[in-house]
Amino acid sequence: MAAAPKPKVAVYKFSSCDGCQLSILNLEDELLDLAGAVDIAYFLEATRTEKPGPYDVGIVEGSVSTPHEAERIKQIRENVRILVSLGTCATAGGIQALRNFVKASDLAEQVYAHPEFLHYLDTSTPLSEHVAVDLEVWGCPVSKKTVVEVLTALVQGRRPNFPPSPVCLECKRNGTVCVAVAQGIPCMGPVVHGGCGAICPANGRGCYGCFGPSGAANITSLVNINQSLERFAGESALLIRNFSGYAPAFRKAADEAARLARKEEAK
Amino acid sequence: MKTIEVPALARVEGEGGLYIGVKDGKAVEIRLDIYEPPRFFEGFLVGRYLQEVPDITARICGICPVAYQMSSAYALEKALDVRVSPPVRALRRLLYCAEYIESHALHIYLLQAPDLLGVPSALDLAAVAPEVVKGALRMKKIGNEVLKAIGGRSVHPVNACVGGWYRWPDAAPLKALLPELEWGLEAAKECVKWSLTLPYPDLEIAYEFVALHHPDEYGVIEGEVWSSKGRKLPVAEFETGYIEEHVKHSNALHSHTVDGGHYLTGPLARLNLNHAQLMPAAQKALKDAKLKLPLKNPYKSLIARAIELVHFYEEAIALIKAYAPAGPAHAELTLKAGEGAGATEAPRGLLYHRYKIDEHGRVQFAKITPPTAQNLPRIEEDLFALAPKLMKMEQEAATLTAEHLVRAYDPCISCATHFLKLKIESRE
Repeated sequence: MAAAPKPKVAVYKFSSCDGCQLSILNLEDELLDLAGAVDIAYFLEATRTEKPGPYDVGIVEGSVSTPHEAERIKQIRENVRILVSLGTCATAGGIQALRNFVKASDLAEQVYAHPEFLHYLDTSTPLSEHVAVDLEVWGCPVSKKTVVEVLTALVQGRRPNFPPSPVCLECKRNGTVCVAVAQGIPCMGPVVHGGCGAICPANGRGCYGCFGPSGAANITSLVNINQSLERFAGESALLIRNFSGYAPAFRKAADEAARLARKEEAK
Repeated sequence: MKTIEVPALARVEGEGGLYIGVKDGKAVEIRLDIYEPPRFFEGFLVGRYLQEVPDITARICGICPVAYQMSSAYALEKALDVRVSPPVRALRRLLYCAEYIESHALHIYLLQAPDLLGVPSALDLAAVAPEVVKGALRMKKIGNEVLKAIGGRSVHPVNACVGGWYRWPDAAPLKALLPELEWGLEAAKECVKWSLTLPYPDLEIAYEFVALHHPDEYGVIEGEVWSSKGRKLPVAEFETGYIEEHVKHSNALHSHTVDGGHYLTGPLARLNLNHAQLMPAAQKALKDAKLKLPLKNPYKSLIARAIELVHFYEEAIALIKAYAPAGPAHAELTLKAGEGAGATEAPRGLLYHRYKIDEHGRVQFAKITPPTAQNLPRIEEDLFALAPKLMKMEQEAATLTAEHLVRAYDPCISCATHFLKLKIESRE
């Protein structure tokens, strides 16, 4: 029996810092095996070789923040069988989605003398707002372990197995004493996707939410708790409007918290 | 040779293209198109709390997040008149050593060496010389392991803050890395020897080199901004010597000196200006290499990186051996309105930050001048210098030689948020 052809994989960069792609190149122990198991057909950060599509898997890092990217993601969707959003920019718009809460043109004017030369969209959005996405991988950056699991699953033709539990549970598993309870530090851990290994509480600080909202969490309730723990005015609001701030669940909770604060003021 | 067009540059950080227009056998237009989208960091930092700034600016570049964390921390500490303790500072040096190891090993072997060895990527190189690539990955991994031991992860580590560290990292995991670092030091020495054997294209440019200089050590954090033309400025006066301008017709901010010249920042500049401060093994590697300094060939920045690798392995080993955390992990911050500038040497060059904060610790103004923004006008000038040579080459070879030049700068295009469609037309 002939060996099954190796899956053709393409890796693309959109608006981002490169850190999630780098997480692939940072698989120092697995990279050569990976290169043997899949056909790396397009991965500009790693190679000049560009093999024509269609590809079995397209892995996209970054958000959609320019007119060109809005077009390009559609072309990529046409050209790949399985589309993977890699990292918080691709899944929630990333830190640059902070522009979505203000007037983007004001930001452009702050930074550039001639903003009229720039080509940008008013919003930075996840890929899923533009095309159907088959798999979303959270993290800013994605963890190495997650990348290995995703790639292994793709090669084996199965669904990747992600931890369903939030950061909070990873602390318990690590034996890290709760920074919120013991030290009164605001922490997003109870409502944020696990996978990072709860490294912020392990370093004596609260989770800042870079892995995005975990499913079915009562975020509004946590925001209330964080409000009571604030070390400076507005800390809890900044925490939620951060790396994953544009994720729908965080947006909703931030709006809800603002509504409650207004109600409190009116009393 | 005809027009050279590389719509998407490979093996660089970020997205850029290259265009060299030729007419009557002469390069008439050279364009480095940076289509990396603007992300407006300096805009949305306004209103954020100062302690968030190192975490947010880290996201400007996934390859050199430590540089962003360090430059922002120093700038904000300046604004608050905070000095960090010697042990806090020593651990900052160590974190930076780790980033240099990771970034330089990546650039030398995975990004630039394929050009010198005539392969499209390090993965192709692995097919013919697996030991070289395995060794390279091992060298790179050590840097990432040190980053992880200090900051929890290698990309966007989480332990650094304004004032120092959230907590002292445990000594045991760091000390456990010493044997690997010792191996890395030897591998780096071999890397220097190997780097001397590679076939670099001929190109010598009379650069103005600019780098951070520190009186007591190889300049990476703090110190003065020195130029090979003799200009010496405290970091706080950086903007009086180096100016960013939004140039008409070019859609870009260009950095240039007050005298109007373009300058080079990065490994060649550091080595040429600060080689006397390299640690002993790196000094020896440099001496044995019998190089004539200053090195003026941009392609040979690979050699400078290799010598720096020796230095940073050596320094990392010394710092870990001496690591015995004592005193508070971070300085107490007392908020007040203020302004401060900070500069550190990212692996690819000088990274300058300046912030204004209000009495509540909220950012009112942010300015970030990344190394690649400073180097891009220089890259174009180099391409013009290279053009006559390119004209005599076959198309594929000319394209590769031009691309190689851009890659040799180790441009971090995500960092160069200020550059969009840089375009230079022929000067009459």
